[in-house]
Amino acid sequence: MPSINKSLIGQSLARIEDSPLVRGQGCFIADVNFPHQLHMRVVRSSIAHGRIRHIDTQSALTVEGVHAIWTAQDISDIGPIDFREGKIEKLEPYRQPVLAQTYVRYVGEPIAVVFAENAYCAEDAADLVEVDIDPLPVIDRADAPPGEFAPHLSTQAAIITQQFGDIEAAFAKADKIVELDLEIGRHSGVPLETRGAIGRYDRARDVLELHGAAKVPHKNRESLARMLGRSTAALHLFEYHVGGGFGIRGEIYPEDILVLVAALRLNRPVKWIEDRREHLMCANQSRHQRHKIKAAVDRKGRLLAIENEFYHDQGAYPRTHALRIAETTCGILPGPYHVGAYKAVGYYRLTHKTPCATYRAPGRYETNFVRERLLDAIAKKLNMSRVDVRIANLIDSSEMPYARPLSVLEDNVSYDSGDYKGLLQKSLKAFRWDELEDKLKTRRANGEIVGAGFALFIEKSGLGPIDGAYINVDSEGGVEVITGGASVGQGFETVMAQVSADILGVNYRNVRVIHGRTDRIEYGIGAHASRATVMTANAVGVAAHKVRVKALDMAGHLLQIDPAELTISDGQIHCKNAMQGPSISLGALAQALRPMSRLRGEREPGLSAQGWFESEHQVYPYGNQFALVKIDPRTGHISIEDYLIAYDIGKAINPMLVRGQIIGGFVQGLGGAIYEEFLYDEQGQPLSTSFADYLMPTLSEVPEVKVLLCEDAPSPRNPLGIKGAGESGIAPVGAVIASAVEDALQNYELVRQLPLTPQRIKSMLDQMKRV
Amino acid sequence: MKIPVHFNLNGRDFKMNVEPRKTLADVIREDCGYTGTHLGCEHGICGACTIIVNNQTVRSCLMFAFQADNAVIETVEGLSDEQSLHPLQKAFVSHHGLQCGFCTSGFLMLASGAFRDRDYVSDDEITDVLSSNLCRCTGYENIVKAVRHWLLDERKINAEHK
Amino acid sequence: MKPASFNLHRPSTIKDAVNLLSELADKDVRILAGGQSLVPMMAFRLAQPTDLIDISHIRDLTNLRDEKNYIDIGALVRHADLALASDRDIVRHILSMISHHIAHHPIRTRGTFCGSIAHADPSSEWCLAATTLDALITAQNKHTIRHIPAKDFFTGIMTNNLNADEIITSVRIPKIDKARYVFKEFSRRKGDFCLASVLIVADVDEHQRIIKIHLGIGGVETAPRRIKGAETLMMGQKLSADLCYAAADLIARDLDPMSDKTTSADYRRDLAHGLIIEALREIL
Repeated sequence: MPSINKSLIGQSLARIEDSPLVRGQGCFIADVNFPHQLHMRVVRSSIAHGRIRHIDTQSALTVEGVHAIWTAQDISDIGPIDFREGKIEKLEPYRQPVLAQTYVRYVGEPIAVVFAENAYCAEDAADLVEVDIDPLPVIDRADAPPGEFAPHLSTQAAIITQQFGDIEAAFAKADKIVELDLEIGRHSGVPLETRGAIGRYDRARDVLELHGAAKVPHKNRESLARMLGRSTAALHLFEYHVGGGFGIRGEIYPEDILVLVAALRLNRPVKWIEDRREHLMCANQSRHQRHKIKAAVDRKGRLLAIENEFYHDQGAYPRTHALRIAETTCGILPGPYHVGAYKAVGYYRLTHKTPCATYRAPGRYETNFVRERLLDAIAKKLNMSRVDVRIANLIDSSEMPYARPLSVLEDNVSYDSGDYKGLLQKSLKAFRWDELEDKLKTRRANGEIVGAGFALFIEKSGLGPIDGAYINVDSEGGVEVITGGASVGQGFETVMAQVSADILGVNYRNVRVIHGRTDRIEYGIGAHASRATVMTANAVGVAAHKVRVKALDMAGHLLQIDPAELTISDGQIHCKNAMQGPSISLGALAQALRPMSRLRGEREPGLSAQGWFESEHQVYPYGNQFALVKIDPRTGHISIEDYLIAYDIGKAINPMLVRGQIIGGFVQGLGGAIYEEFLYDEQGQPLSTSFADYLMPTLSEVPEVKVLLCEDAPSPRNPLGIKGAGESGIAPVGAVIASAVEDALQNYELVRQLPLTPQRIKSMLDQMKRV
Repeated sequence: MKIPVHFNLNGRDFKMNVEPRKTLADVIREDCGYTGTHLGCEHGICGACTIIVNNQTVRSCLMFAFQADNAVIETVEGLSDEQSLHPLQKAFVSHHGLQCGFCTSGFLMLASGAFRDRDYVSDDEITDVLSSNLCRCTGYENIVKAVRHWLLDERKINAEHK
Repeated sequence: MKPASFNLHRPSTIKDAVNLLSELADKDVRILAGGQSLVPMMAFRLAQPTDLIDISHIRDLTNLRDEKNYIDIGALVRHADLALASDRDIVRHILSMISHHIAHHPIRTRGTFCGSIAHADPSSEWCLAATTLDALITAQNKHTIRHIPAKDFFTGIMTNNLNADEIITSVRIPKIDKARYVFKEFSRRKGDFCLASVLIVADVDEHQRIIKIHLGIGGVETAPRRIKGAETLMMGQKLSADLCYAAADLIARDLDPMSDKTTSADYRRDLAHGLIIEALREIL
């Protein structure tokens, strides 16, 4: 883009979001209040599976301040929660009702709901609601035999298959076959802000409002409007500050519907703020899969075939994501490697636990663990180095774009660009891998239990197919960028401001970015699947470019200079290479372009433009991560002595923000590898219902991390060349820690499960002693 | 049965009648209108609700409002004035020490409270104190950088510090 | 997670407090000191007292006294108050060292020593310290004051042998002239409740023979305990690697660890064993 000034793209600029947030002037949904609002409190099942016999609300209704209490009968006209991408006939009978009707299927399932004057008395009343449930047998594992979801409906709701090539032939001619049985523990995003929603009915204009939306406001608006029988023009969603998303938010949960229906029927705004115990029992969980994977390899370690059978623990109901995570699991497992033939079969099974859905890098945290364990096992079996076995299989940069007959999120897998071997070499060098072998030998001789491991991964981002943005410049020269995006704290506004300011030649701090508002723009993709930067930023770029062209054209006319000679800096249009001389401000141009302005001529009114960006395929950033660990034999505690994250992002708009995403993601990945697990007993009772049980890393648990951020393989699929970074830090961490721990133990039979808690490590050490 | 509670919050006097069971965090947020103090867990582990009471760093979700009767309370809103940011807040901005911002008030009050009466702070203490609170977005790296930058400006650590 | 309603009482003297306790004897009454353990329980509604007695206005309870033969820790003395030791007695040094392991900074500014004692969490560092150092818990009701030895005080998980009408007004810890001491604990994360802990206070004569030893284990059984068998084994012996292992093995066999759905008895036992070796090595 022609500009005298240094491009803003690639600069680590401080965020425009920060000022209100550091001042404590952010507005999260719990901070929002409407006059005469009621508080909603959900009465939840304390039994994992049962048939509801009776619900007694009599005592609860006597609590002072209680306005109403509803059960399923009171909302019998409201249907179950639909799937985000539309009808899926075979899954329809499994949809979650907003309030449990006959059956309850997980501890925490909403059974009744209390509306009261404040949160304190709402909770008092909820505790007095008596629910009589006849217990039914509990299925607490996806690899247990399926049972009955309802009469004639199996808890095995679907089987997903993806495959290509001749599996049987490949296994028949294999030199070696390697088999593993692996499990990833149940964990989730657990943002620091719990969920919340306010339903408000603007009676005067007949508009129903959902405040506290997140992640995919436009998509959700469509679904909610359909569920409630309203036109989308009569339903609007409003996003405020959001305290972390990680894939958990933006789901349509029962509570979102309840506040809307209640606002309509009770004629008062209805506010619901989830508490932490509820969150740990009811917000989407994720990751819990068991994989039985086998590989056929030749004597050089090349993957002739991979065959995988996995059990996907979906919890009690399919969420709005339906089968997506299991489908992604099938499609993305091969990662950056050549695979001759492939078959993945996923058993999508319902269990009597909290329902599951996306969590940052869904399907990839799991498959990276599984695939990289497999490669380490192949290396061991063939007596090859872990590095060599990967190099033998890596797709080469000359093969790009590399297509595979698999699909991820309904998009055929097609890697756009990547130098996997090149990045691996860079990382090996940066981590001093060659020297490490000897150092580890010496330390082991001294009795230390130390080891190093690594994992390669491909991420996916930029899910399209299309996004749009609208930019308007006002008569003061202020720029407003209206997007259908969403902010969950990742710096969305700053990125959009940088892109638009770079093209428009203004100070990025003078750009106001709108997101999460269905009443400001009709279409939006929200923010998920690491798509905001790729899709929305490119759409903003298109719109900004159009505005720039309009501005230069108008300026050219007013200044009587050829627009090709003009440029913009600091909001002023002037001749290139000449700061002096005739100039005009963007604001003045906006004035000149007003509808009634005579200066406008035949030009379309407004210094504004709509921009669309379409992308046929997703983009595929990639990376690898390395760890050096030491294990304390007395406790099983893992210390991470060194950690490297290498990542090719294509192009970084704001490197500081990218690093922030990577480190933040890494720490979550570390949580899933060592600390975090949602545990249940055999009766389906959740055991991890407070922060004393569900352990997330604090500063003390986080090692120093080196980040090698590369831009060697920009994406050819968008003008900015960007690939996204939201899920890069987290995706391979489970795989990396497992690899390093296995190397430390020098035992290749035992590391099969995440998280690697101290107790599990200790148990492995004990098993090794006994042998 | 409501009881009278009175305290000074960010320089202003507040008098109100509240139920004994109402937490200090809820009273500050709802009755006093200062919503910068956030509730992340309500059981005293995440630290998002950290404030300063009578010069001590405390978790406001673990106090009933009546326990702050006659106290002097500081919350994040009191760190800066209309015009400029507190140096610690500036450091958070320049070091990208926040992403979603939900834990930020808690960290700001934790750092400004825990280190205020100290002449010198060791690396271990910085780690020890900052390990009190949870953050789910940043991975802590930049929070540490921001706090160290501020402590350096306050001359409570030296530049040669790790 | 809002607490349930309660009647609030704010006595300004110990006398008023014990009178209240007597009146409310058949109610579900809780004492509020620092609240760092009680308030979370009330937030989860695991505790729903009908009456709460806030003792924070009782000035007599704030004293941390250095008496001739013992330290007297009043009911309102905070964890943070015990963090400073300077030239004080060894017991104060031990308490100071331990205090840094308790939870996190903002908890330590409010939580109280005696509150931890009353709460009787098996993982509590102060409960282990009290047991290992032969503390006496001063329990007072309307009519009497009694001094309960720590070894008799903790009767199980979160249970103590206070009567319903009694309040802890202070804990006394006998002073120690001369000793080496070491505290070790293991938890999943820094500041978490430990899965095992050990406190050893020992003294040796001029021939390096052990002439005094207190060895307490916490976090493993339902209450902390001095392991007398190990102490007897070590008395009069020179500390050696063999003795360390013998003591650790004996303790491991003697322990009756808690077991739950997330942590097995064997793991706790192994942790204790490892910590004892580490601790004894350090004290050598």
